[in-house]
Amino acid sequence: MQPFDYVKPNSLEEASALLIEHNGDARLMAGMTDLLIRIERGFFHPRLVVDVKALPGMRDLLVVRNGDLRIGAAVTMNEVALSPTARSGWPLLAEGCQSVASYQLRNRATVGGNVCNASPAADSVPALLCYEASVHIFGTDGDRTLPLAEFITGPGRTALQRGELVTAITVPAPARGAAGKFLKLGRTAVGDISVMNVAVLGWPDKATPSGSQWRIALGSVAPTVIRAPEAERILAANTSMAGIEAAAQAASDASRPIDDIRATAAYRRDMVRVLTRRGVEGVLAEIGEQANR
Amino acid sequence: MRHDISFTVNGEPYNIAVESHHNLLQVLREQLVLTGTKNGCSEGECGACTVLLNGEPVNACLVLGVEADGHEIVTVEGLATDGHLAPIQQTMIDAGGTQCGFCTPGVLIAAHALLQRNPNPSETDIREGLVGNLCRCTGYTRIVDAVFEAARLQRVSNQ
Ligand SMILES: Cc1cc2nc3c(=O)[nH]c(=O)nc-3n(C[C@H](O)[C@H](O)[C@H](O)COP(=O)(O)OP(=O)(O)OC[C@H]3O[C@@H](n4cnc5c(N)ncnc54)[C@H](O)[C@@H]3O)c2cc1C
Ligand code: FES
Ligand code: FES
Repeated sequence: MQPFDYVKPNSLEEASALLIEHNGDARLMAGMTDLLIRIERGFFHPRLVVDVKALPGMRDLLVVRNGDLRIGAAVTMNEVALSPTARSGWPLLAEGCQSVASYQLRNRATVGGNVCNASPAADSVPALLCYEASVHIFGTDGDRTLPLAEFITGPGRTALQRGELVTAITVPAPARGAAGKFLKLGRTAVGDISVMNVAVLGWPDKATPSGSQWRIALGSVAPTVIRAPEAERILAANTSMAGIEAAAQAASDASRPIDDIRATAAYRRDMVRVLTRRGVEGVLAEIGEQANR
Repeated sequence: MRHDISFTVNGEPYNIAVESHHNLLQVLREQLVLTGTKNGCSEGECGACTVLLNGEPVNACLVLGVEADGHEIVTVEGLATDGHLAPIQQTMIDAGGTQCGFCTPGVLIAAHALLQRNPNPSETDIREGLVGNLCRCTGYTRIVDAVFEAARLQRVSNQ
């Protein structure tokens, strides 16, 4: 492996300055669970890795004044998965984080790293898309905030510019009465990377014909994690058995999977339909129950 | 590039210089010659390299040695006290939870950590807690038995 130096800056300004000074030869690191493997395999050749974990605010996990959950970029998967606040208020996200690899790995893997790595199989991203999370970016030209859907621009690609780093992700509180299901298909029952996954979030809303609103995100079936807006629209109109079938089909049609070592495209497309249907039925059972109470 | 670090391993303080690109697993095995911790994949998949970092299990192959600065590490060599095996070590032997032994140091550390956070685990808790520790020999059943028995012993001795 090509040697690299390590630095643990004390301020965001210093981290940003290091990135600019080393002009492409410096790379940010959090838990290193993606990065070190890529360096070892020779995909990345940094001369310097810049550890973000001790930077101010990076380890925050708290509900801020407007009710959003603020997740510092270096908060680990276990910290979210085991947080009573996240589990009660943002259970879909807690489930996504809980599904990542093993307990040991979740002690190191961060949500920020998962998002910045921008893999279509990133298991925190479907939930974050359903909750319409935002990504907070620090740069020497000032801070900016982007919707997550705009932050991830392609497989392994983000909207980060030179010298920029992610400081936090904020996740709006779901609507009252919301319920979510994260269904992940791996080669093993737990612990494997997603062959594909589906996140479904639904909540009661009297203004829609079906009496409910929906968000559906699909992982590992397109170059990035995607939403399935047509399926969401169908369910807002109709949650009868026919509506659910049509939505599941629309989600499947929205996917653009590939054949790879984990599964064929055809299998993935089929599983999007199956898991979307199961997810919607699961959510309906929960929000229906609440509505009847 | 060498960095001076101070950390404790199994309660012993160390002040050493480590290469910035060396992982904690290399530092433990090659510099401290604590070869109990194994390298099965170097990619976070197998768990043979599992150690405790400030009491929590991590894959030492994905932690840089320099990151251990100021922290406490426990390896499999640190589980026994005064020559007495920890309960999980004894029950692994008794249950036949180890064959070739390559996965065992990592399994022991992961199981030890699981029992610290959950003194009364179900079979599902045990299997999920050890999902990051691959074993090519035992078929896992006897490892699960060993963890159950260690949990029972731990509860009895805490009563
Ligand atoms: C064995 C194994 C199993 C895995 N299983 C899963 C799984 O089931 N599900 C899943 O989703 N992932 C899985 N992963 C992938 C990985 O663990 C996750 O993507 C993890 O969340 C990455 O976080 P990290 O902190 O380790 O990131 P790092 O490796 O430190 O960084 C990842 C990328 O993000 C950049 N980066 C990090 N922090 C910032 C920041 N603050 N600002 C800007 N850029 C930044 C880095 O430069 C790098 O390019 C697995 C990995 C391994 C090794
Ligand atoms: S050697 Fe670290 S997980 Fe395999
Ligand atoms: S005992 Fe041989 S790998 Fe587990």
